[in-house]
Parts: sequence; structure tokens; C-alpha cells
Amino acid sequence: MVDAAAHTTIDFAKASRTALADQQLRGNFRRAMDGLMSKRAVQFADSREWHAMRALGASVRLRALSKLPELLEKLEENCTRNGIRVHWASTTAEANAIVLSIMQRVDTRLVVKGKSMVSEEMHLNAFLEEHGIEILESDLGEYIVQLDEATPSHIIMPAIHMNTKQIAHLFRQKIKDAEYTEDVARLTDLARRVLRAKFAAAEVGVSGVNAAVAETGTLCLVENEGNGRMCTTVPPVHIAVMGLEKVVERLEDVPPVISLLTRSATGQPITTYVNMITSPRKDGERDGPREVHLVILDNGRSNVYADAELRDTLRCIRCGACMNHCPVYTKVGGHAYEAPYPGPIGKILVPQIEGLDRRGEMPHACTMCNACVEICPVKIPIVGIMGRLRAEAVHPSSAVKDAGARASRTEALVWKGWAAANASPLAYRIASGLAARLGNMAPSSLPLLKDWTNVRTKPRFAGRTLHEMAREKGIADV
Amino acid sequence: MSDARTSILTRLRASRDAHPVTVPPSDFGVLAGMRWSPEERLDRLRTMMEAVHTEFLDATEADWPAVVRDFLRAEGVKTLLHGTPIAAALAAAWTPGAPERIAYDQPVEGFKERLFTGIDAGITTTLGGIAHTGSLILWPTPEEPRLMSLVPPVHVALLRADRLYDTFWQAMTENRWSQGMPTNALLVSGPSKTADIEQTLAYGVHGPKRLIVVVVRV
Repeated sequence: MVDAAAHTTIDFAKASRTALADQQLRGNFRRAMDGLMSKRAVQFADSREWHAMRALGASVRLRALSKLPELLEKLEENCTRNGIRVHWASTTAEANAIVLSIMQRVDTRLVVKGKSMVSEEMHLNAFLEEHGIEILESDLGEYIVQLDEATPSHIIMPAIHMNTKQIAHLFRQKIKDAEYTEDVARLTDLARRVLRAKFAAAEVGVSGVNAAVAETGTLCLVENEGNGRMCTTVPPVHIAVMGLEKVVERLEDVPPVISLLTRSATGQPITTYVNMITSPRKDGERDGPREVHLVILDNGRSNVYADAELRDTLRCIRCGACMNHCPVYTKVGGHAYEAPYPGPIGKILVPQIEGLDRRGEMPHACTMCNACVEICPVKIPIVGIMGRLRAEAVHPSSAVKDAGARASRTEALVWKGWAAANASPLAYRIASGLAARLGNMAPSSLPLLKDWTNVRTKPRFAGRTLHEMAREKGIADV
Repeated sequence: MSDARTSILTRLRASRDAHPVTVPPSDFGVLAGMRWSPEERLDRLRTMMEAVHTEFLDATEADWPAVVRDFLRAEGVKTLLHGTPIAAALAAAWTPGAPERIAYDQPVEGFKERLFTGIDAGITTTLGGIAHTGSLILWPTPEEPRLMSLVPPVHVALLRADRLYDTFWQAMTENRWSQGMPTNALLVSGPSKTADIEQTLAYGVHGPKRLIVVVVRV
């Protein structure tokens, strides 16, 4: 199923039109994003502190990338010494197979999962269900999305596309014996009751990783609900999945990364829990998993790393602030991207992972307003990378998967003509003169022009060119 | 899957060598510069934690077991889970009518059912608190296991007023955490919460519904 989908081109334009027509959805996103932006702004009101923390955060991530292969080896060495078993996966299929083999070895029927975007990237839930293993999302937002048989629309707030009423209806329909209530505390309590029993019964807990510390072999996880701690403490086996870029060099690199992450993501000074896991249960300890596994996933990241400019994509700490501040994301919501990572970071990461054939439209879903670059806590030049990917999409090269997939002879010819007209004063005068006099007669349905006029009013030409008007005013040299 | 390991690391090494990066130094001055006086630290921690529904009790080295006992009794708590480090202090202060004390003194496998359904509150010590973010530092041990601060609906945490740090960074660098991390280290900054339903805050989703910090003045 997943493989077949890999060959289809994702039509963002079409999906975004549907999303734009949904007033309910737009209202839900607008309110949520406004709230998240203002909460974040309060956290970083002191601009000197913001600039200093941001410089520190960027340096921590850059330093990690500058030593990436060594740090991954050191992470493996220290985790192994601590008793954590480390696995490497080049592809999501390999990662899924590793996870499945661990689960089959311990004869797992029920798995609880804490929020993990890498597991979304792996389509782990669908994969395990195909193999008869029940996997239950335990983060409240993810649980809602799973009940709704949907996908997350935001990397931090997965169910942000739904309002309370919609969730109330969903719980009533899908949870046995649930009464209809729009009281958020009671809805939350309902989920607590369902999931408590599952935490106690599950044989395996799956989690993501917010930062993995090479120096000590420690896996750090931030969360508010306690479900992450449940998944990583109660079941006898814990499997953590991480993208290979998540490593940091030293333990002291964790505080700035976590501070920037939680403040940027939800405007909280810190999350309720910061969970640092360094080993499975030791002799004499009374709880905690007997086995801890770490699956390190590549899935195209080593390709991203190969290009000096695109490499900066891997600095990301997945705070989601770029989404919250993106005028496009705010209008269309997360589902229109049909990708595990939506919004600005998704627009640069997903095309590099999945290829420009399938995802060539994504880097164009951007007004280049630079809001994401301004607020990125680790200073990723998102818009610069976006421009680069647009170019890669039309020029065959080896830098990005399926580069050149969107190359078009018509487009190339148009630009060639444009360049020629601008390089010759005579050609320019003739072309602009013709456009001024005949432009208003051109039908909106003309090829190329149509792409513009589909969603915008056709501009009216002035009748005379700027050069002509300037000459009338007596300006020389035009 | 060692093939994957070799191919990933080989590719990364080749790319890194082809495009080495010069990294600006990491200036931790912004964290090192966050300093408060001892009294300010406690005030700040308390204000921040109260903002996320943490409750505070004041006590001394001598009377904290009685303060805990009276509070729990008044709240109608029937069962209190504790570890061995404070078992004797609690026992000495316990009186009839106070909650039943239950020691977490066996592996969770034989205790899970009771832990999840039959315990009202858990009490733990802490390694200290952090003023910058309003957080408690917990390093669970065999004597005070991990689930004590997670599964019971009420978590009572003892915080010594002289163990307050300015920042998370200060706590870990001054105490050289990097030389030996425990199985699990935690920061806890309030009761369990979520805002996943339309950004409306709700407390007690999976972890404790209430967090009670007992500040023990020395």
C-alpha cells in the first residue's frame, strides 16, 4: 500500500483548495495558531536572551552535525555499555522489520506508543496492524487522531484540526459506554480511563527521542501528559525510534535544546516531564523495562547530509514553531500536505526524503515571507533551502532524489525568451510595447497565463510602457 | 542490520569529509548568567509551579511527616505509597486515621494491579529544584522506584529549601551528571496535563492529577 503510493505525485494545490473551502477547519487552525504564536512571543519577550539562546541552540545542533558519524558511533558505544540495544535502519521498511522482530520475539499482542513523528514517517501503526499487533497511541491528541482513523495535522498538536464538539462526537461513537460531553476535563478523564488499563497490559512501549546524548548514551523525551513516561517505564520492553540527526554531543547540550524546543513549540517554559533514560532496569531496581532498544533511522537523511547547503535541514529540533507562524499552513492546515511533516520544515524535509517527483510541489507552497526563518530556534535557513529545492526540481542533478523531475521544456523556453528579451534593448522595447498594447486582449485561458488567472484577477495593462512614460517626462537614457 | 550501520556511517563520513563545517563556539553564558538569590529561587519556583496547578505545603525538618499526614488525611487519601528512605520518618509520625502506608518494596510485576488501581498517593524525595523553569529533579532509585511519581493520582514531593539551583544546566554541570547518569533522571514541573483538545488545559491526563510540593526548611 505504502509502496504504491510512493509513485504518485501528491497534488498539494488540489488538497489545499478543499481545505480552504472548509470554514470550520480554517477557524480551528486560525484560533490555535494565534494562541500558539502569542504564547511563544511571551516566552521570548527578552530579545537579548532570545538571540543568545538561539545562537547557543544553533551552535549545539551545528556542532552535532559537524561530527555526526563520530557522535552516532559514540552514542551506540555508550548506549550499548549501558545495556541499551542499538539497531540501524537505512529505510523505514528496515526499521519496521527491526521493530516487528523484537515484538515477535517477546510475543507481543498489545503495544502502547508515545508521540513519535519518526513512527509516523515509518507508518508503523499500519505495518504492525498488518501483522496482527494492536498498537495504541497514548498521547491524547494522537489517540484522538487514531480513533478518527486520520493522521496528525500538526507535529506537536496532532488533533489541532478538530474542535471540542467534533472530539465529543468521536468519543461518543468510538469509546464503549461513553456519554456525550463537551467538557474537556471529562473527555480527558475518559481517555485516561481507557488508556490506564492499556499501559498496565501492554508488553511493549514505543517512543520517539527528542535528543540522544552521545557522551552518556542518554535518551531524552519531553512531554506533558505522563504517557511518555508510562510507555517507557511500565511495559517490559521499550523501543525508541529516532532519526539519525537527533544526536547531541554532550549532556550539557540538552538544557538549551529543550528550553528552545518547549518554549518555541507551545510557549511553555518547560514541559511537565523531561524524561532522561540511560539504561534498562538494573539488578535490584523495581520497575522500568527489562529491555531498551534504540532504532536509528536514516531514510534519506544521509543524502540530505551530503549537500553542504541542504544539510542545515537536519538541524531541526521539531518544535513546530515554523508551522504556527506560516501563513500558508495556517490557512490550509496540516492535512493538505499529505505528509508526516507539514508546514515549512515539511516543505524542505519531505521532498528530500521522498523525492521531487512525488513531492515537487511542496517547496512551491510558500510565499517566501521568511516568518519561519525569523522564529526558527536553531536558525535553519528554510526559505533559502526552499528556493534551492525549486531549482533542483527542474535541473537534473545528484543532490536531491528525483532532481529534475519537474523540468518542463515550455517553462525552459519561456525563461530563455524572457532572458533574451531582457538582454537586448530592441527586443525588450518590442516585447513590452506589444504587451502594453495587446495584453488586455489576451484571453485569461491562455496557457501559462491560466495558472495565474485561475486564482487571481488578470492584471490590466497600462496601455503605454514605463519607458514610454519616462521618455515623455524628459528622463534621459531610457 | 550491520550492513545498514556500515553504509550509513560510511556515507556520513564521506559527506562530512567532503564538506567539513566550521562551528561557532557554544557560549553557555546565557544560561550561566541566570542567577537568583536563595529566597528568589524559592519564590520563582513556587510562582512558576503554582501557575501550572502545583500545590505547596511549608514544613521543617522536624515536622514534615506530620504536615504530610495531616494534609493527606484532610484530603481523604486512603493509601500512601512510599519508599524506604523515608519509611521510618513517616512511621514515627503516623497516627490512627492517617492513610495506610504501603511500601514499594517488590518488583512491579507482582504489584502492578494494586499500583494501578489501589493507591491514592505516592510520596518521593527529590534531588532539588530549578528556579528558572520551576522544576523538581528526581533520580528514582531501587529504594524509590520510577512509577511512584507517575501512577498514583496524587504525587507528594519533598523539596529541601537549601537544594535549589538556578537552571537545569547549573544542576547538571555542578553535580557532574555527565560522569554517571542513573537509569532514569527526571524533571517534573507540575501535575500531568494536556492541551490536546482545542488547546484547553486539562490536568491529570495520564500521570498524577495533583502534585503537592512539601518545602522542607532547614
